[in-house]
Amino acid sequence: MEYQSQAVAKYYFTAAIGLFVGQILFGLIIGLQYVVGDFLFPEIPFNVARMVHTNLLIVWLLFGFMGASYYLIPEEAERELYSPGLAILMFWIFLVAGALTILGYLLVPYSTLADLTMNDLLPTMGREFLEQPTITKLGIVVVALAFIFNVGMTVLQGRKTVINLVLMIGLIGLAVFFLFSFYNPTNLVQDKFWWWWTVHLWVEGVWELILGAILAFVLIKTTGVDREVIEKWLYIIIAMTLITGIIGTGHHYYWIGTPEYWQWWGSIFSAMEPIPFFMMTVFAFTMVNKRKREHPNKAAVLWALGTGVMAFLGAGVWGFLHTLAPVNYFTHGTQITAAHGHMAFYGAYAMVVLAIISYAMPIIRGRAANSNKAQVMEMWSFWLMTVSITFITLFLTAAGILQTWLQRISETPMTFMATQDQLALFYWMREIAGVVFLIGLIIYIMSFFVGDDEAA
Amino acid sequence: MTQTIKKILPGDFAIWIFIYAELLVFGIFFISYAVTRSNNIELFNESQLLLDRTAGMANTVVLITSSWFVVNAVHAIKAGKEALCARWLSGAILLGGLFVMIKLFEFYSKSVEGITLSTNAFYMFYLSLTFFHFLHVILGMVILSVVLFNTRKGSYNGEEYTGVETAASYWHMVDLVWIVLFPLVYLLR
Repeated sequence: MEYQSQAVAKYYFTAAIGLFVGQILFGLIIGLQYVVGDFLFPEIPFNVARMVHTNLLIVWLLFGFMGASYYLIPEEAERELYSPGLAILMFWIFLVAGALTILGYLLVPYSTLADLTMNDLLPTMGREFLEQPTITKLGIVVVALAFIFNVGMTVLQGRKTVINLVLMIGLIGLAVFFLFSFYNPTNLVQDKFWWWWTVHLWVEGVWELILGAILAFVLIKTTGVDREVIEKWLYIIIAMTLITGIIGTGHHYYWIGTPEYWQWWGSIFSAMEPIPFFMMTVFAFTMVNKRKREHPNKAAVLWALGTGVMAFLGAGVWGFLHTLAPVNYFTHGTQITAAHGHMAFYGAYAMVVLAIISYAMPIIRGRAANSNKAQVMEMWSFWLMTVSITFITLFLTAAGILQTWLQRISETPMTFMATQDQLALFYWMREIAGVVFLIGLIIYIMSFFVGDDEAA
Repeated sequence: MTQTIKKILPGDFAIWIFIYAELLVFGIFFISYAVTRSNNIELFNESQLLLDRTAGMANTVVLITSSWFVVNAVHAIKAGKEALCARWLSGAILLGGLFVMIKLFEFYSKSVEGITLSTNAFYMFYLSLTFFHFLHVILGMVILSVVLFNTRKGSYNGEEYTGVETAASYWHMVDLVWIVLFPLVYLLR
């Protein structure tokens, strides 16, 4: 580790993985509730467990992004972090606020939580993914501002690199677009319209910049390829991301009360969204093929390559499947969306966080790479998680196609719940794949605790 | 002996990825236009007659001329004539500005007629296509301005002129898209 202050990343990475475990456990609960409807009822109803599952995902990825930034920004800027103390303070604030929010979801009815947190003063609750009490949202803004101030000062006072620049644009964008979560118009069309400014412009906009920057950093470090080459790729990738992703927001605006031209704008621009993801795959493989050194951390390289492939498949291909308006007319809100969501989040964002953790954690712990034994375990966990998420995606896709047919296309359309009964087999298989994913995750965590004695 | 012709891509490689991506988006838009038109021929023909073809024609001439200026700028820098290159670039940027003015006038006159993206399918395409192209003209002018600034600063010479070629390639793409767009949307019936 070149700079002592990079070590603050360890807190963030540890919390990220802890919350990741929570996310998967709640995923297994709701997966089972799909087929055993009263499982854990009334203690943990489906809507609450789902909220915990998705919120934990977002929070652990944010912890991962912040950890990644605290690790790579000082190294790129060639100076210590502006304030390691502030980073640690913000860590505890974010962790405690996050934990209280999740406990609030689990312990009291959602409406009581809204009352307790005085949601009526500035109502922002009750919308998918943005369910957090207003006070938590304000906390997120404070943490984000302190974080951006901290890393921003580091960049300003240090060496400016393309990676730092792209990462900073991504992080600032993340903070700015989160502000739309405070705008909650009573008109439902307006509400949905602006809601996507947070949700879509995060995952199909600024988060891709963060992803690109982290991936580029890991590739520079593990392959030794010239910075100029990697930076040029990064430029093209982010340009393509923004060209396609910004107006691509339109693919969420079909038939929700917005003007018809969004069907054209959304279809055409979002159809191009796979391009930057495809370029990321080509980028990762080209850089690894042109590598000038054999980095001892093979596991990190595997995660980096995996990110490219799985992001392209999950976000690119599975997104394209239902992005065109005439297709989406039938598939909107079916299990096809769930299939896409699972593989895209895992392939793009979970994997890139795991890639930087895989690269950085051994160094923070005082070695270039983990022992061979630990790396073999980590690679096992890579394959178990990646293959099982692929099966989850395939089962949900099959469920989605059947659902679309039975409920929306057939001559005698079935009701929603009657259709769900017909999908039970796929839901069971998805749950089994989910258990395999959890096993992969447990092995991943175990890999941190083996083979220390024979460290490479 | 067979002589092998070495094909050299003018400008930076990265701009070509960008150019192809842009052409892909416009290409899909053009195909969508054609398909939609074939289902609504009468509507498209009626609405098309209401466009300002003189303004469209004028803009075609303006843009082709400015592309020619850019060609001259590249020739000038290859011959090591930096000041001349800067003059041709300035001319091209000014013509780009003229294009923008004429286009704004067209947008304005359509807007006072109460025409919006939601008027009908033809106007959805007309406004979307010309507006996206309009944004590209502005981006092209920004790129040309950066290169003009660098030329004046002395960054390019008879040996090193990749930047000028890069900007020229992008500007020709902007021109090329218009050359397809103008007949397709304003004239073809």
